[in-house]
Amino acid sequence: MQYFVQQLINGLTLGSIYGLIAIGYTMVYGIIGMINFAHGDIFMVGAFTALIVFLILGALFYSVPVVIALLIMMIVAMLLTSLYNWTIEKVAYRPLRGSFRLAPLITAIGMSIALSNFVQVTQGPRNKPIPPLVSKVYTVEGVSVSLKQIIIVLVTVVLLALFWYLVNKTSLGRAQRACEQDRKMAALLGVDVDRTISITFIMGAALAAVAGTLFLMYYGVVVFSDGFVPGVKAFTAAVLGGIGSLPGAVLGGLLIGFIESMWSAYFSIDYKDVAAFSILAIVLIFLPSGILGRPEVEKV
Amino acid sequence: MAVTVSPERDVVATPVQRAFREAFYAGAIALGLFVLFIGLRTDQNISNELILVQRWGLLAIVVILTAVGRFLYVAFGQPALERAKAQKAEAPAAAAPGFVRRNFNTIGIAVLFLYPIVIVMLVGFQGSLKWVDNFGIQILIYVMLAWGLNIVIGLAGLLDLGYVAFYAVGAYAYALLGTHFGLSFWILLPAAGLMAAFWGVMLGFPVLRLRGDYLAIVTLAFGEIIRLVLINWREVTNGSAGISGIPKVSFFGLMSFNVSDPNYISKVLGIAQSGAYYKIFLYYLILLLCLLTAFVTIRLRRLPVGRAWEALREDEIACRSLGINTTTTKLTAFATGAMFGGFAGSFFAARQGFVSPESFVFLESAIILAIVVLGGMGSLGGIAVAALVMIGGTEILRELDFLKVVFGPDFTPELYRMLLFGMAMVIVMLWKPRGFVGSREPTAFLKERRAVSGSFTKEGHG
Repeated sequence: MQYFVQQLINGLTLGSIYGLIAIGYTMVYGIIGMINFAHGDIFMVGAFTALIVFLILGALFYSVPVVIALLIMMIVAMLLTSLYNWTIEKVAYRPLRGSFRLAPLITAIGMSIALSNFVQVTQGPRNKPIPPLVSKVYTVEGVSVSLKQIIIVLVTVVLLALFWYLVNKTSLGRAQRACEQDRKMAALLGVDVDRTISITFIMGAALAAVAGTLFLMYYGVVVFSDGFVPGVKAFTAAVLGGIGSLPGAVLGGLLIGFIESMWSAYFSIDYKDVAAFSILAIVLIFLPSGILGRPEVEKV
Repeated sequence: MAVTVSPERDVVATPVQRAFREAFYAGAIALGLFVLFIGLRTDQNISNELILVQRWGLLAIVVILTAVGRFLYVAFGQPALERAKAQKAEAPAAAAPGFVRRNFNTIGIAVLFLYPIVIVMLVGFQGSLKWVDNFGIQILIYVMLAWGLNIVIGLAGLLDLGYVAFYAVGAYAYALLGTHFGLSFWILLPAAGLMAAFWGVMLGFPVLRLRGDYLAIVTLAFGEIIRLVLINWREVTNGSAGISGIPKVSFFGLMSFNVSDPNYISKVLGIAQSGAYYKIFLYYLILLLCLLTAFVTIRLRRLPVGRAWEALREDEIACRSLGINTTTTKLTAFATGAMFGGFAGSFFAARQGFVSPESFVFLESAIILAIVVLGGMGSLGGIAVAALVMIGGTEILRELDFLKVVFGPDFTPELYRMLLFGMAMVIVMLWKPRGFVGSREPTAFLKERRAVSGSFTKEGHG
């Protein structure tokens, strides 16, 4: 039982990170109907920015309280990563918005390749380890919970609450939902569609940057190719939850996190990704539009 | 849609004024993007701790180059492009295509057949190795893979992001059966194709109900599953270490390319020993396999099943209401595409003599997909040109040693290969969103065959 609870906590931590990335996929998909393949690499850029900021802080000050350091890392990563995603949208996706469906997918894949190789060229191909930022571990009835895990879950919950408020209660969120339903009609009613889409990309990138910072804090290492696997997992999570649905993305992220940690604990760690992908395929056979997704209406 | 400034300001500002403003913005954005990534570099010191190396000079150069580039584009590039566009619109319809255009395919095939001969005459057998192997065979493998994927995406409109899985199945089928049972390439080639086709059907069944992007993610997942199984099933596949010592292809059993064999080619023909014979033989082999793929694709398009694929791509509901069995249509598309992937895979294993899961990562699927889309889906000629440009272009980067003179001896162009590849994908797509060949030859027509603009065809709706 203790072992099971332990795995549940590990899964929750992992799932939080996946959920944060998955929201970026699902939002972009919801609003312009494209798979933003570069999103995983945006997450990696976020983690790398956090790493560089951490090193700058270390070089400038003798010692910085961990909370403040983390906060600064997160904020700078959010700002910079948003700038990346904003620029990419402007340069690579916007000119192709009226084009056929696969064109932006190809530029997105191209951007993903370019981003990870850009980081490889400028920062070197090696693993970048940092000393542990937070190392406290609490043990409650035989179940150990590290402070890192608590921070990850807390930050995720706070951000999700903030995000939920933004999407559901503000005019910006209303504009986003309007664009999602019908872009042309939204434009006719005075919604600045281009701006709304830009903001969607910025929001997605900011969440991915937070995920990146948390990832760096949790694992203590980052490398230029780190964008791919979490990116694909998060995308899987978004599809599993029903692409286009925000609660679905979080649910999918948590599910993938649980599946992974449970499978590694009870079966074999080598096949944890195989398990996650297989469950995706099985779920989609029975629920072809994901768990919370709306079934696609076919118009003739 | 690409216009980023409001129209009122456009009227006031001249192109040069606007260019200054845009250049300033571009410089500022570049500064923001690159300040941490180019301005600083994380490096390990002797005690393995990360330290920061400062590179502000490089940052300044990159930012200034971005600003200047943007200035030149807005001030001169954009007006020139618009003038050219206006001129094109005014000009009467294009004249009848010239000789080269009309006979593009014939000339292309002739050039491909003559290519190794010309290379050997120019640089001799030893010098030809690099040109035939790195350029010829490498590009043709991608041409074949892209033509195989074209059946799935270009004809049937099913977005497959895990095509590399079938390539892997073909490669491992030949590698395992060839090394364990010593079977010949000529038996295993069809076997590998059949096996890949079988896996195509296996993948096809569960995803039949899925559409569009759900299909895309499941195929991607399938590709990853195959790769992870190859890595982890160590007893059979030898894990990440891969399988080596895969037997070479023989000249239909008559002549061998192993130096130790009694029927080694130079002993049979009485010529000097060289590794180039094998490469040239492989070149013609893959060329013939490519032509087979093209031939089958062209003929299939005229069969009921090919027409059903294209109908499926255009409208699945109409397709179903006209009595086409979409299940078998989709499955045959997956199986046929996968079969050619399997052929290419077994050829790849024979050519390398070594396979490992490293060769079958998602990036390969992405490259093949990019070639299909950049070529203009459904157009065989366009896809071949795209493969030539994208694969040949990145291979050429390996040869650019003279750049070391410009950028100093530390400069390694190879490092920038994939960076440039990614950027080229973006730029080509922005420049030609419909691919190199944007029009289609219809398979069914009334009286006269007229090219259909790509804008009138749908693609990849799964």
